[in-house]
Amino acid sequence: MEFISQPWPWYVAGPMIAIVLLLMNYFGRGFGVSTNLETFCTIGGAGKASDYFKKDWKEQKWSLFFVAGIILGGYLSSHYLMPTENIAINPETASELAELGFANAGQSYLPAEIFSTENIFSMKGFAILIGAGFMIGFGARYAGGCTSGHAITGLSSLQISSLLAVIGFFIGGLLMTWFLIPLIY
Amino acid sequence: MKNIRFLVIGSLFGIILSKSEVVSWYRIYEMFKFQSFHMFGIIGSAVLISMVFMQLFEKGKIKNHKGEKITTKEKKKGLIRTLVGGTIFGLGWALAGACPGPMFVLVGHGITTILIVILGATIGAFVYGLLSDKLPN
Repeated sequence: MEFISQPWPWYVAGPMIAIVLLLMNYFGRGFGVSTNLETFCTIGGAGKASDYFKKDWKEQKWSLFFVAGIILGGYLSSHYLMPTENIAINPETASELAELGFANAGQSYLPAEIFSTENIFSMKGFAILIGAGFMIGFGARYAGGCTSGHAITGLSSLQISSLLAVIGFFIGGLLMTWFLIPLIY
Repeated sequence: MKNIRFLVIGSLFGIILSKSEVVSWYRIYEMFKFQSFHMFGIIGSAVLISMVFMQLFEKGKIKNHKGEKITTKEKKKGLIRTLVGGTIFGLGWALAGACPGPMFVLVGHGITTILIVILGATIGAFVYGLLSDKLPN
């Protein structure tokens, strides 16, 4: 049962993500996640604030089911398919993170320094969580998609807009990782 | 209820992202540090194989469940929109170590704090909607 006990290598995960794209298209829908954030706004009554959100959210029901499935998949994995939480990260990465003050890098999926529950109650911790989220939501909708919509769907259908967006993803990601995270921590 | 099929496909996606550790903050950090091939391998092979599928859709070799040709929606065009929007997204992606798919996977893992990230992302989408006709393309 290595399939359950061991993490999946890239050459298993990458092709399987392509199969997810295939299945979505087979059933008449595109592969993308971030549009759901707009659907949440519409359901929450954002149509009162802007015509942009005056849409029939029921047309996006299929996508909400997709998101519910993603959550369910995470639940099933963490309960039945992930016997260990260790991530075999590059030792160099781990020691660099230790210098920044991230203890125990790779011993769990997420660093406690960002994701432990106490962070909700500290100014800095909360600002990081909500600020990171804001940039993800605003940026994805402005760019017209996220990793699934732009990087996977857009690049594979050879769209220039998606190539530009992915270049943007990396400009932002590199700035954050190389310059801003060392300033924040 | 035919939407159940999307629940099932979503679960598969959630399991893939969990088992391949894409949902780990460390994997994203490592990717942007170029200290591991893992994420590049995943995204790269997903794109290459999807490219083959896209060609088969285009040529009509693979049709949808109704037997119709599969078409891909064209993305909104615009140099500023894609580059600036993309950069803002990248800043958030690297800080939270999660993009929208993994964000929801982590809810399933029982991570309470990710709900704050999702709240932030929803507010971000809301602010984008408010400004959408004022922002440059």
